[in-house]
Amino acid sequence: MTTKNVINITVKVNGKDHTAAVEPRLLLVHFIREVLALTGTHVGCDTTNCGACTILLDGRPVKSCTMFAVQVDGRELSTIEGVAQNGALHPLQESFKEKHGLQCGFCTPGMIMSTYALLQKNPQPTEQDIRWGISGNLCRCTGYQNIVKAVQYAAEKMSAKKETGE
Amino acid sequence: MIPKAFDYCRPTTLPEAISLLQQHGDAAKILSGGQSLIPMMKMRLAQPEYLIDINQIAGLEYIKEDAGYLKIGGLTREADLEASTLIRSKYPLILDTAFSIADPQVRNLATVGGNLAHGDPANDHPATMLALNAEVIATGPNGQRSIPVKAFFVSLFTTALESNEVLTEIRIPIPPAKSGGAYFKLERKVGDFATVGVAAQVTLDGKGSCVQAGIGLTNVGGTPVKAVKAEDFLRGQPLDEANIKQAASLAAQDAHPSSDLRGPAEYKVSMVRELCKRALTKARERANQ
Repeated sequence: MTTKNVINITVKVNGKDHTAAVEPRLLLVHFIREVLALTGTHVGCDTTNCGACTILLDGRPVKSCTMFAVQVDGRELSTIEGVAQNGALHPLQESFKEKHGLQCGFCTPGMIMSTYALLQKNPQPTEQDIRWGISGNLCRCTGYQNIVKAVQYAAEKMSAKKETGE
Repeated sequence: MIPKAFDYCRPTTLPEAISLLQQHGDAAKILSGGQSLIPMMKMRLAQPEYLIDINQIAGLEYIKEDAGYLKIGGLTREADLEASTLIRSKYPLILDTAFSIADPQVRNLATVGGNLAHGDPANDHPATMLALNAEVIATGPNGQRSIPVKAFFVSLFTTALESNEVLTEIRIPIPPAKSGGAYFKLERKVGDFATVGVAAQVTLDGKGSCVQAGIGLTNVGGTPVKAVKAEDFLRGQPLDEANIKQAASLAAQDAHPSSDLRGPAEYKVSMVRELCKRALTKARERANQ
């Protein structure tokens, strides 16, 4: 049984270009974790349910376990490793810490990617907006309430920052 | 889980895609959103030898009204339906349906064309398109043809698309004034497939009688179901509580679900009856707005 055609892809990940030769069947999540060694993105259920594999594709949250790496040739990805800027935690990351929005932390990268995109689109979400925004991300530990509080707190901090023109 | 190895092509034009389909026939599958196909490939329930990624083909993502139809391009993402001011303002049935599909991440990739072409009775758009009497435009080597949605679903995972055709557009006759629709989906949790789903679309006359009714059912058979008995009953009848109740019972008769983890068959049939009542009531409310 021969390996099917191997394909060269170029992908920008967290602002940096990467080129690799991959089998078409290589899942995007495996490309990110094993080829790029960015292991912050997690494989949870592997059945498109839990969202632990959530990354941003051209700014939109997608489940990387349900895409092939070859599909993102020429596109831009953001993973959890790209959220902190210049060594400083993003307000979302600060808030998850402050408001105890995680216990085991396994769902957290996916939660942060989903809510990062949510806050970009909707900087002042209601509680319902937040819960709807994370409806593709499962958490077995927290019961979600502190995750919601973390996102609300981050939204406050981010709009306060905007007002002071920081 | 890892899919079986396959060859991957990413044509940039529709003729290129069709030519690849011609070449490979049944050994090829189209990759659109992939949110139904890729999970199946990971479980090796689908093992195409060739995957034809159509996502680079321009001109297949649109939502517009034209010549008496709402026309939706096959590659239109569910998230695009949610964001569309046209859909939000004029087509609440379609908005209901889009919102009910999976979750935000899946909706960013999943396409309307794929939701229909996959031929899964558990997908949500089929019931809605049946209720709306939509048509599917299939483009192949000999050009385009129109397939009424009621003839589109042949059997489980099988549609009327030939192996060398691409579903390029969904066309919905623009409903006349005094029309309204709603989609109700019962699910165990957000993002689940439907335990059952019911789509209803009605047009009323000045006296509140039903000129036209369309009812589609999700996940209660080997294909999506058009509740024809209920539709025929409602035509010409006042859309009042008693007739809605009767129509719901008739719709339930067309439901033949399996017993599974989502519930026993009898329960699902009861839920069709209940959701049909709610969908028709909501459709009537929207028709009167």
